[in-house]
This record gives sequence, C-alpha cells and structure tokens, in this order.
Amino acid sequence: MLKKTVLNAAHRAMNARMVDFGGWDMPVNYGSQIEEHNAVRNNCGMFDVSHMCPVDVVGADCRTFLSRLVANDVAKLKVSGKALYAAMLNDAGGVIDDLIIYFLTDTRFRIVVNAGTAEKDLAWMQAKVAEWKLDVTITQRRDGANNLGIIAVQGPNARAKVWEVLPQTKAATAGLKAFFAAEVDQYFIASTGYTGEDGYEIMMPAGEAEALWNKLNAAGVAPCGLGARDTLRLEAGMNLYGQDMDETVSPLDAGLAWTVSLNTDRDFVGKAALVTNGQQKQFLGLILLDKGVLRGHQKVMTKQGDGEITSGSFSPTLQQSIALARLPLGVQIGDEVEVDIRGKALKAKVTKPVFARNGKAVI
Amino acid sequence: MSNVPSNLKYTASHEWMLLNADGSVTVGITDHAQEALGDLVFVELPEVGAHFDAEKEIAVVESVKAAADVYAPIAGTVTEVNQAAADAPESVNQDAYAAWLFKMTPDNVADLDKMLDAAAYQAVADAA
Repeated sequence: MLKKTVLNAAHRAMNARMVDFGGWDMPVNYGSQIEEHNAVRNNCGMFDVSHMCPVDVVGADCRTFLSRLVANDVAKLKVSGKALYAAMLNDAGGVIDDLIIYFLTDTRFRIVVNAGTAEKDLAWMQAKVAEWKLDVTITQRRDGANNLGIIAVQGPNARAKVWEVLPQTKAATAGLKAFFAAEVDQYFIASTGYTGEDGYEIMMPAGEAEALWNKLNAAGVAPCGLGARDTLRLEAGMNLYGQDMDETVSPLDAGLAWTVSLNTDRDFVGKAALVTNGQQKQFLGLILLDKGVLRGHQKVMTKQGDGEITSGSFSPTLQQSIALARLPLGVQIGDEVEVDIRGKALKAKVTKPVFARNGKAVI
Repeated sequence: MSNVPSNLKYTASHEWMLLNADGSVTVGITDHAQEALGDLVFVELPEVGAHFDAEKEIAVVESVKAAADVYAPIAGTVTEVNQAAADAPESVNQDAYAAWLFKMTPDNVADLDKMLDAAAYQAVADAA
C-alpha cells in the first residue's frame, strides 16, 4: 500500500501520471516534463513535497545537539529564520541523510529530512539524544496529528505568485534573502528550494494544503512533477540522496565539502573518519558530446582511471545530456573523457558540477 | 486513454507493426509507450541491412526520465530507418503512429499473424 500525501486527490484531478516513488504515490508529471521544467526556469511552477518530513527539535540543548549531529556548523546560524544545509553522518563518515536546519530560537529549530530516510533519521536522532543525555525533544510533523503539508513554489515569478495568493505573508517574506524562513500565522515560508531558481517552500497544516495548491494553480502556477524536479536539481548541481551519496559515501567525495565544517575544535559524528580518510574522489559534471543520454551508474573512463555517473539525464536548458559523476582525483575541468553507454564509448567533457541556474545556462 | 489503431498489429512490449503492400513491415512504439516514457529526447536506430531475431533489442528510445529498449517484433532484416524520428525524438510523442522507427523484411510474413490485434493490445496497455 503506497503512502499518499494530502495532495494526492488534487494530483489525480489534474491528470497527473502517478508513480511509486520510494513507497509514495507521487506525480511524475502532469503532461510534458520538459514544459514543467521550462515553466520553473522561465516563470513559475509548484511541487508537492509533502512526502518530505519536517522534524521539530525543541529544548534547552538544541544547539549542543545539532552541533554534534551534523557536519555543518549550526554556530553559523545567528539570525532567527536562517537556514543551513547539512549532512548527517554515521561514525564511518558516510551520509545518513542531507537536510536543511532552520534556526527559529535557541530552544526551537526545525529540520526537513528526505522522504525515504525519515524513519531511520528519526531513530538516529532519538538515539543520539538519549546517548548524549540532552534536553531535546524530537517530533516528526509529517504523519498523524499536527502534520504539515509542503508546497514548493519555484521560478522567477514565484514570490509574486505567492504574495498574490497569500497577501498577508508579503510583509514578512519580501525581504527574505536566500536560505531564510519566516513564520506568518499558520504558514512557515522559506526561501529555499531544489531547482536553482528563486522561490519559496511553504509548510502549513496539512488540511490547508489542497486549498493553497488550487489557489496557486488558479493564479497560473504550473503543477510540476518529480520528473521536472529531478532535471531542475540536476541542472542546478544539487545532490540527490540515494543517488549522488548514501551511507557508504563521504560528503567529501560527493561534492559536499562546502557543507563540512572541519576548521574548529567542534566534534561531530563522523568527523574522525573524514579527517583520517580525506578526499578520495572528485564530484564533477559531465556534458555528453556525442548523441545519447547519460544515466546513473554508467562507467566513466578517464586517464586517471574509472569513475561513475551518479545522476544523469537530458538537460532541457542546455538541450544536451548532462550528469554528475564521481571521478578519480587528478581529472581536470575541461578534460575529455569517455562514458560507456550500452557498450559504446561516447565522448563527454568534464565540467564544474552546475549547469543552469536562474533561468540560464552557467556552463 | 491511449490511441490503438485497429489496422495495426502489436507486441506486448509496446511495438506496433504495419504490413505494407511490398511485404515490408513498418515498426514503431505505441502511443501508450510514448505516454508512459514521457518526453523523448533520444532515438537510436538499427543499421540498415542488419538481421534481427524476434524479441532481440533492435533500437533504443530515451525520454528525460528513462531509457527503453525497442525489440524486433518478428525476425527479419532492416531495410530502412526513419532518420527524421532520430533527429526529432519529440515527433514520437506527437504522433507515435506517424513517427515510425524502422522497416524490416520479415523472414516469414506469417509471423505477423501471431502478433496481438488492437483489442488484445488494448487489454495489455490497460493492465500496464
């Protein structure tokens, strides 16, 4: 039995093509995935991301807890509303999950974790609270009473559309720089996203999500499925948990070194392993020069040895196939490499791992 | 609902076939297949002159989200490929029965009689 978000009926009413996404019955598209992708790059689109799990962290020891729990440093969170992208590691330095932490007050933070990892994440967090004997209460907000729905509205016109539909939120959100959140009445509105475009991710009581979804749609916001969400995040060079990294992969080998704060004497789970192992691989982009489509798990052959594509698809913005790949150290941006696609060695160029943002190609 | 023309033959792996007056067979993927794959972005066609046994991988269609093999519906030799479909993969989304992929001369034209008719294929597509 697949799990359903509170917007399931709304997706079906909009003729979405539904798929089993890690046990969730989710829309992959509502027609053309490429049109949905372009709507977000050029105008505005919305995604149901209510399968992701908000987690409230409350108590006197919140900062101590989070500072030991994740590889990024919550000491960077000084202003209420500020968000931090971080990896939660196991003792071996592998990524249990990547998540966003919102700082609300010194005794109240909110974390949003991935859908497929939520149960193990919660169990891990609860175990650490007990092990470290901290005054912290962990409460998931996805299932059961008091659950939240999440709608991501993304694109250059996203903010204007949200203010059109929720005018009462404009004053509090108009000045939000990227990676901040504001709470207005029942809405938790964050200037975060997974597309490389401006926009908001809006959390609200689950029972109100369908009304907001339909109002946004009436205002001209295109419903977009997980298909477009994947090509948008790939173009933006954003990692997907389970594909670009998992519990066997160090954040240093997954392009996440910028989220790992090693330069203070702060200890965190996995730090010792990261320091011991260092960086073993590079996380870079590829553009296919021959015809075809790059896909996850294809072998990449370089002068320095073999690597592997972790995510690949067709880029609607570049009109070429692109990929994120884990490659041997020593490979340089600009190098020409070969990718094994169904037994043929096709040519690809190594790039930095970001292809398009804010409506434009950046390659 | 996907379109299943009654003048064509079908496979359970979502290819369609049209028997031409010259004895050749035109092959493409069905409307149901293009709809399930979503926006196509790459089509790899077989070599003209190559022989394929039935149910062997003969072509590849890739959408933004996935790659799918196309299988030779019957044994035969490829006589012609539709380069226009490879140059504009979206044409398969627009009309899967106009944007054929290749033509083949069957080893045994009677093999076509074993293929699914429209009603039988519709049942396959409905169950998918």
